[in-house]
Amino acid sequence: MANELHTDYWERDFVRTEEPKEYNTLNVGPTHPATHGVFQNIMLMDGEFIVETEQTIGYIHRAFEKIAERRPFYQITPLTDRLNYCSAPLNNMGWHMTVEKLLGIETPKRVDYLRIVIMEFARIADHLICNSVIGVDSGALTGFTYLFQSREFIYEIYEEICGSRLTTNMGRIGGFERNFSAKAWDKIRYFLKTYPAKLAEFENLLARNRIFMDRTINVGSFAADRALAYGFTGPNLRACGVDYDVRVMNPYCSYDEFDFFIPLGQNGDTYDRFMVRQEEMRQSLYIIEQAIAKLDKMDDKQTYYASDPRFVLPPKEKVYNNMEALIWHFKIVMGETDIPAGEVYHCVEAANGELGFYLVSDGGRTPSRLHFRRPCFIYYQAYPEMVKGTMLSDAILTMSSMNVIAGELDA
Amino acid sequence: MFKINAERNKFVVKILSDNFSEAIVQQEVILDMLCITVTKEAINPFLLFLRDNNELKYDFLTTLCGMHYPEIDQLGVVYHLHSLTNNHYIRVKTATELSNPVLPTATNIWPSANWMERETFDFFGIQFQGHPNLVRILNVDDMTAFPLRKDFPLEDQTREDKDDSMFGR
Repeated sequence: MANELHTDYWERDFVRTEEPKEYNTLNVGPTHPATHGVFQNIMLMDGEFIVETEQTIGYIHRAFEKIAERRPFYQITPLTDRLNYCSAPLNNMGWHMTVEKLLGIETPKRVDYLRIVIMEFARIADHLICNSVIGVDSGALTGFTYLFQSREFIYEIYEEICGSRLTTNMGRIGGFERNFSAKAWDKIRYFLKTYPAKLAEFENLLARNRIFMDRTINVGSFAADRALAYGFTGPNLRACGVDYDVRVMNPYCSYDEFDFFIPLGQNGDTYDRFMVRQEEMRQSLYIIEQAIAKLDKMDDKQTYYASDPRFVLPPKEKVYNNMEALIWHFKIVMGETDIPAGEVYHCVEAANGELGFYLVSDGGRTPSRLHFRRPCFIYYQAYPEMVKGTMLSDAILTMSSMNVIAGELDA
Repeated sequence: MFKINAERNKFVVKILSDNFSEAIVQQEVILDMLCITVTKEAINPFLLFLRDNNELKYDFLTTLCGMHYPEIDQLGVVYHLHSLTNNHYIRVKTATELSNPVLPTATNIWPSANWMERETFDFFGIQFQGHPNLVRILNVDDMTAFPLRKDFPLEDQTREDKDDSMFGR
C-alpha cells in the first residue's frame, strides 16, 4: 500500500494499449483563464489523457503585414509593440535595427549600449511573467505576486525613458527620441540593486519545491532534433540542450563585447524551460551591469541617436526658428523619406526566440513587403505533439511554459 | 554593422551550381545575405539538397513567406534557411504564375513549414501540393479573397473617396 502511494504517475503506463471504450471531446478556450491568451484547443480525451489536439488560432489577427505596406517606416514601430506585448521594447529595437541595416546607418556605441540596457530589461520583464505564470498554473500564486512588483518597476523605467508602459513605441530609427533622464538612471540602478534578492526569493519558493518539481519535471518534454525540425528558438530550444542564441551566433548591437553565458537544459521539459529562463534573467542583469559600466566609462554622455537627418527629428528650438529644420520635421512626420530599394533580413533574440524581420523595399516610402518571423507562431505548432499522451493539467502547464503570446502568434 | 562572409558565399554557390546548374535562375548577394532564385520544378529537391548536403547543412528553416509580383503576374515564396552548423544564412526564392499558383510543399523537409505554408496559402492563395492540411489559419474560414496580394485594397473596398495615388503610395 505504502509503495503504491509513493509511485510517481509517470511510471505507470501512459498510452493505453487496449482498445478504449469511449473518447470525449473537450474544448479549451478561446477565452479560458488557464490559457493566458486567446487560444483554442479542441482535445480528444481518453479519460484525463489527451489523445489528439487541434488548435485554432487567429482570434486577434490584425493583418500587421498588410497595414505595414501602407505605413511610413517610423509608424511601423507601434505595430511591432503589439506582437509580443510582454517585451515590446525588444520588438521596437529589432525593427529599428532592421531599417538601419537596409539604410546603412551606423549607430554610435552609446546608442548600442543604451539599447542593450533596455532590451535586457524587456527580456527580464518577459521571463518574469512567464516563470511566475508557470508557478500560478501549478498552483503557487505567491511567487507571481512577488515578481509582479518587479515588472511594475520595469514598466516605470520604460515610462521614464519613453513615456509609456506596455506598448512602448520606444526609440527611433537611428537611436532614441531623448536621452535617458537622471531619474531613469536612478530607477535602473535601484532595480539592479534590489532585483537579485527578489529573484532568489522567488526561486526559493519554486525551484526545489517538491510539488512544483513533481508537476514540471518530465512534463511536456521535447527532444532536441524534433525541436529543431519544428523551428524552436529561444529558451524553449535551449531547454532542449541546443545552444543557439542570436546574441552570440550573429551578434548585433555590439553584443559581441559582452560577457555572458547561455544557460542550457537537458530534457526540454517544463522544469528546464523554467530554469533556463531563471538563469537568463540573471545573465541579463549581468549584461545590464556591464553596459552601465561601459556607459560610465564613456566621456560622451549626450549622444543618443545616429546623426542621420532623414529619420531623427531636429530639436524643437531649431524647428521653430529655422526653415530647413521645419522642412525636415515635416518630411519626417509625413513619412516622405524614400528608402533605397533592397531587401534585408534581420533577427534579434527576443524573449521567446528569434524574432526576424524580412523587409523588402521597392524604393518607395513604405515597405513593399514586410514579414515578421514570429517565434511563437512557429513553435506553437509543435504543441499537439508535446502534449500527446499527457494529462490535461500538464497540457495547461506546458502551454504556459512555452511562452506563447497571442499577439505575436496572430500578428 | 554586418559582415559578409564572401568566401562561404562563393563556396556555397559553387556547390549549388555544380549540382543544380539548370535550376538556378539567378544568384546575388543582397546586403549580407546570399540570395538564390530557382525554378519551381526544382525547388523541392533543391531544398532537400540544401538540408542534407554534408558541406551545406541548412538544417533550420528560419522562415517562409509569400510574395506577390503584380508587374509580372507571379506569386513567389521566399525561404530563409539557416545552417546552425556553419552559421550561414541563405535566401531561396521561387515563383509561380498567378493564374495557377501551385508549388510543392516543404513540410516533408521541415515540419515547421506546416503553419507557415498555411499562412502563405491564407494570404496569397498559393497551393502547396502535398501539404497535409492546407486550410486557412489566421483569417476566417469562409473568406474568399487573398488579402496580402497587392490588388486587395487595405481600405474598405466600397469607398471611392480615397485615392492613394495622392499620397505617393
